[in-house]
Amino acid sequence: MSNKQYWQNFGELNQSDAFKQSTEKEFTEELLPMEELSKEGFLDGKTPRRDFLKYLGFSTAAATIAASCEMPVKRAIPYLQKPDNLIPGVANYYASTYVNGGDAISVVVKQRDGRPIKIEGNELSSLTQGGTSAQAQASVLDLYDTTRLRHPLQKVDNDFKEVSTFDAFDGIIKNAMVNIKGEQIVLLTSTIHSPSTLQLINEFLVKYPGSRHVQYDAVSYSGMLLANEACYGKRVLPVYQFNKAQTIVSLGADFLGTWLSPVEFSKQYATNRKVTGEKPALSRHFHFESMLSLTGSNADDRYTHKPSETGAVALALLAKLGGSVSAPTITDATLKEGINKAAAELLKSKGASLVVCGSNDVNIQLVVNAINELIGANGTTINRAANSNYRKGIDADIVSLTADIQSGKVKALMVYDCNPVYNYADGKKLGDAIAKLPVSISFNGTLDETTEQCKYIIPSHHWLESWGDAEPTTGYISLLQPIINPLFKTRPFQTSLIKWMSADAAATSTADEYEVYLKNYWTSKLGSADLWDKALQDGVIETVSIVAGATYNNSKLAEAASKIASIKGAVTEVVLYQKVSIGNGSQANNPWLQELPDPISKVTWDNYAMMSPELAMSVLGIDVMNNQRQADSYEVTPEKPVVKVTVNGKSIELPVLILPGLNNSTVAIALGYGRGSADESLSLDRVGKSATGAGKNAYPLVGFNGSSFIYNAVATVEKTNNKYPLAQTQVHGSSESRPILFETNLSSFIANPEALLEEPRNERLSLLADGKTDFVTEGTIYPNYEKPGIKWGMSIDLNTCTGCSACVVACTAENNVSVVGKIQVQKAHEMHWLRIDRYFTGDVKNPDVIFQPMMCQHCDNAPCENVCPVAATNHSSEGLNQMTYNRCIGTRYCANNCPYKVRRFNWLDFSGSDSFADNQEPLRGKELNESVFQMNDDLTRMVLNPDVTVRSRGVIEKCSFCVQRLQESKLESKKQQDPSLVRNVKTACMQACPTNAISFGNVNDKASEVSKARADENRNFYVLEQLHVLPNVSYLAKIRNTDRHVGVAEEIKESEAAHS
Amino acid sequence: MLTLYQFATLLLCTNQDFFHISPDNCMSRYKKIITKAITSLLFILLFSFSNNVIAADGEALFKANCANCHKPDVDYTGPALKGWSTRVPNQEWIYKWVANPAQMIASDAYAKALFEKWKPTVMTAFSNLKKEEVDAILKYVDDYTPPVATAGAATTGAPESDNSLLFGILTLVLALVAFILLQVNSNLRKLSDEKVGIHRGEPVPFYRNKTYLMTGIIFLFALGGYYTISGAIGLGRMKNYQPEQPIYYSHKVHAGVNQISCLYCHGGAQDSKHANIPSVNVCMNCHKGIKEYKGEPIVKEDGTQVNGTAEIQKLYSYAGWNPDTKEYNPDNNKDGVPDGAQSIPWVKIHNLPDHVYFNHSQHVKVGKQQCQTCHGNIQEMPEVYQFAELSMGWCINCHRESKVDFYNKETGEGNKFYSIYEKFHTDLKNHKMDSVTVESIGGTECQKCHY
Repeated sequence: MSNKQYWQNFGELNQSDAFKQSTEKEFTEELLPMEELSKEGFLDGKTPRRDFLKYLGFSTAAATIAASCEMPVKRAIPYLQKPDNLIPGVANYYASTYVNGGDAISVVVKQRDGRPIKIEGNELSSLTQGGTSAQAQASVLDLYDTTRLRHPLQKVDNDFKEVSTFDAFDGIIKNAMVNIKGEQIVLLTSTIHSPSTLQLINEFLVKYPGSRHVQYDAVSYSGMLLANEACYGKRVLPVYQFNKAQTIVSLGADFLGTWLSPVEFSKQYATNRKVTGEKPALSRHFHFESMLSLTGSNADDRYTHKPSETGAVALALLAKLGGSVSAPTITDATLKEGINKAAAELLKSKGASLVVCGSNDVNIQLVVNAINELIGANGTTINRAANSNYRKGIDADIVSLTADIQSGKVKALMVYDCNPVYNYADGKKLGDAIAKLPVSISFNGTLDETTEQCKYIIPSHHWLESWGDAEPTTGYISLLQPIINPLFKTRPFQTSLIKWMSADAAATSTADEYEVYLKNYWTSKLGSADLWDKALQDGVIETVSIVAGATYNNSKLAEAASKIASIKGAVTEVVLYQKVSIGNGSQANNPWLQELPDPISKVTWDNYAMMSPELAMSVLGIDVMNNQRQADSYEVTPEKPVVKVTVNGKSIELPVLILPGLNNSTVAIALGYGRGSADESLSLDRVGKSATGAGKNAYPLVGFNGSSFIYNAVATVEKTNNKYPLAQTQVHGSSESRPILFETNLSSFIANPEALLEEPRNERLSLLADGKTDFVTEGTIYPNYEKPGIKWGMSIDLNTCTGCSACVVACTAENNVSVVGKIQVQKAHEMHWLRIDRYFTGDVKNPDVIFQPMMCQHCDNAPCENVCPVAATNHSSEGLNQMTYNRCIGTRYCANNCPYKVRRFNWLDFSGSDSFADNQEPLRGKELNESVFQMNDDLTRMVLNPDVTVRSRGVIEKCSFCVQRLQESKLESKKQQDPSLVRNVKTACMQACPTNAISFGNVNDKASEVSKARADENRNFYVLEQLHVLPNVSYLAKIRNTDRHVGVAEEIKESEAAHS
Repeated sequence: MLTLYQFATLLLCTNQDFFHISPDNCMSRYKKIITKAITSLLFILLFSFSNNVIAADGEALFKANCANCHKPDVDYTGPALKGWSTRVPNQEWIYKWVANPAQMIASDAYAKALFEKWKPTVMTAFSNLKKEEVDAILKYVDDYTPPVATAGAATTGAPESDNSLLFGILTLVLALVAFILLQVNSNLRKLSDEKVGIHRGEPVPFYRNKTYLMTGIIFLFALGGYYTISGAIGLGRMKNYQPEQPIYYSHKVHAGVNQISCLYCHGGAQDSKHANIPSVNVCMNCHKGIKEYKGEPIVKEDGTQVNGTAEIQKLYSYAGWNPDTKEYNPDNNKDGVPDGAQSIPWVKIHNLPDHVYFNHSQHVKVGKQQCQTCHGNIQEMPEVYQFAELSMGWCINCHRESKVDFYNKETGEGNKFYSIYEKFHTDLKNHKMDSVTVESIGGTECQKCHY
């Protein structure tokens, strides 16, 4: 096992010179700001002495000025009338729902002194069961987005003027509507599954004859909707039950990352990925895709094909399963074998099998429906008695709507919660048409691409300010309640509809508020106001639906098969995908999401053309696999060569990111980037400081096949002479190929569970002197310190960690982690306390991927503590590696001595917290991106957690195990005099995790979660245990349910044999 | 007596056993002896220990419940408690009185007389106090001896300062002697050298002697450094800070004379990290009725007198209250508060740096600390000033000395949270440690207050 290689980049794979050089230093910078110091003695060089005097003079003067100032007078201003249920300094928690487009996740919002500061999952929801996504975690920052509109606007001479009151605005709208009475009015929204809003919209449509409601999704599922209509008679999405599936085959559906309802599916998926008991049973996951997705990298067996071949793979699978279609010829032997294996497994677990497909092509989805019929999924793993309401948009509607607006059929357009001018392939055309409409109203919260084309703007609340309801799945209601009073003069979209329906133009009555409408709606449904209050408190109302199938109709199958057979491929094809961070781009101005490294590519702040080494070789002539020099010149600098990708005459220039595991014909490009106003100079203010300049918009490459949007296409890729920097966190913090991961396959593990961790076990013994047995206490010359009360510890299950990165954003939000901006990420100055390392292993052409969350390991024998000259980092009696910012003088010795590379240094004043105001200003644009300034706006700062210090320049920081939460839980159990209450403590990462991969607690308590997790001795290991640093974070080794040998010596022989 | 008897028995037993030792059962004999010895010792200890526990409890209970109104030895808001046994009818009377004073005043003659003497103040009922606890308080009160008064402290302090002066003079004299001796020595050496024939130049006068100059410079440098550093450490510390507040609010009048519990206004102290300054509506709970100040004149430090009634008027204007109509102003501008009302911009006195986490409820509810420990005799302060230094050393000192309410497994007393500290239980039992302080459970570690 020891000679098995885990690698993060090509340099590491080939052990190139540049790679070796890069691992020598923790920081790329010189240690002292005086550059010539290394050549001459400190006092000999001329410039250094002057520099020294300058620094000395400045610091003395600065200290004098700072010290001679009088202490500022601080005010303590109490409430005038304190609300009953609020104690300043104590956080309140309210149940609500994260809604964005059709996405809905039940959450609990932490509110401190009236401000929402953190999103947590709502464990009462049986859909998401307390899980969250990176986007939901980050959405609290959107509330404090500086680009949010602060009042209603009206366009006058191409400029927006404030409308002073809502009544005035209502008057303007009603006048405008009178002129177009009886004409077509279109209400264009994202997918809406709020029962009360849908009822309200219906009432509105009745009030305005000739009006209609169009639902539009940025990334569409209309292929599935139409296929389901053809097969089962209803234009709906079914409810998937991954927890009931023993065999899962995904045809390019990224169901753990971005597909439909990833949090819900991750929870379900993880239930069958936990290794428990003597003979553990795991679900088997096959994945067929063109690119390397998050879900694909979690699969047991993964096969790649051209994007145009998705239909062929589906057909071949159907034929293999015994479907009455003729199988197309699959030339790739590996792929063919994969289809055979998948088919065999699907049949083996008939009734507990599930096939999902990410394609938006109706015909392919028709084939997938046929497959699911054959494997008995209908009524078992797919519940067709209930609907998933996440997506309802039909693509033909937006196409015809654009035509209708252009032709003048439609006279008025109302836009709510969608941005088609940006994310519809023909958005520009639509935008121009909207600008010419007599009446165009936007309810969107910011001046986005669509809103800026509208005449009247009445911004709606952010979801944290809103009342509302959501029904993501039939029978599962999740409620919204405001956590904060509206920050700005905004009004719910629904209230506007109610106002405009009522006869009296300027009626100001509370009965017209949506809040009242909603309350009445639910009180009458639930029966009493008390039940409504209870439901609000819980946040969810659930009526369990019975799992059932629906009658299947295969009449369209033959036609679909023949249409699929006619799809033509090409040498290079493009596939458009979403990232777990930015998604469809609606939250693109969220710096937390922009700076979140993509789990696969580890790139922040941009999208790029992702391709395999082979394709890069043919397009760019760079051979990263075999030519060390070329690999280094490509990999070491952030500057990447730019290619021009052309699809149907539309082209886009993007930097190339070379990644193994992609199909050799595929270029993968992420959607959701390249936001910008029509007039680029306004982008910073309108679209935002973080969204502007981040990547290129790939939506124009989306094709339309007559019934639905297609997210892959035949493309040409040309080399250009340009270069573009990508801020990749990839190689920051390399473990230098030390063995830090352990994995095996299920059958080997069952046959010989002890073999998995044999190597570290033997190594432990070899490090002990003769006759000694206890590695922890006897394997060192240092004394063993006792942890008398609590000893905190964490265990991470690599088997269930999917790499979704919700934890990274949760950590950022909880611990006030700074955003550093793209320029600084390029210099390896990112601040994330928790990173998810992605390793490749095995076959270099189609590698296995393994994710390892890495944060401070809180070593009991910590190397960082020994080297700190000022004892700013030291150990607590509870096993915490404590970092004291105020003591830190920034020598960075600790970071240099940390084997896990988890310490972060504040190179600049990222938080704007220095005592000298405006010292960031000279760095604007040169060192600090605009996004850093966005984070330091007074409005954005409202998101800061008041219990965590904001770090200043020149100090080291790192994961604290959320010590503020640990202290709070200890205090609570002391108050209640019950030590068992500390078992309830959850770190931010653990709370956010949608797969429960992280357990945390008191190791001294045998009943704690972490003790239970560590009891699995055959899988429990510590990273770099042989250094005897005694980490307090343990990992559970990964078990793959595959026939291939993984992580054992044979695998290397196998791959060598295959290559020779 | 019991102890002596036990000791005697113990010794006897030991002797008996000792005489009967045979080589083969030697070990078991020893074990027996040791077991017996330990049991007896434990018993003795327990006996003496439990006495201490009650005495200590009495003090804590007194401070927690009674000290706001009573002092053991002098009359305060209520009568001095020492010597209670000579005054009250019987001990049973005390229990009833503590549990329900109002009822006693109605039914009991002595209680009524007591009330007449101290009215209008009525003693608060403490029905939660058990008989044993009342006993403990009474025992504490009876055993109470006033600490050596300030005058005494001054007398003990005076010789100390005399000493240091003495030492200073002594040092100076010795330094002078050393200096003279050195001079003499160098002169003598010069003479002896000249005798031998070695000629030395004219002696350098001492004020140009480099050794002396250097010594002087180093001394001055050290002195200057000491003062600079201690000055720098003191930067930002604001002991005795007493800013002028928007309303002259006297804690002496409220907490001292009128005996309003601290937690009535600063309720956050037991629930939150902040003690919280009360919102204006809390002030108005009482001041809707209390319109003017009739108490003793309030005199500022500078001698000027404060018009209490005018200060109450200021409160009314902040609250938006009209004292004539006895109503709040109407809310015409619909902002949810009476028109003209605004929060009182109090000046914050106790300022901790941003990198310090301090939690009031931790100290008040778990640590059972009195407000006065950190805030001084707040009930005697006309206008509040910062009593304590609020420096890290000051915090740490207290954490080193304060004992936690450690759980006693045998008696079940103390905070059950600490039952997880197995090691300390054993150590306490084996007398390896005599008490568990905040420091022993990690209370002086960095990340208890800095994160």
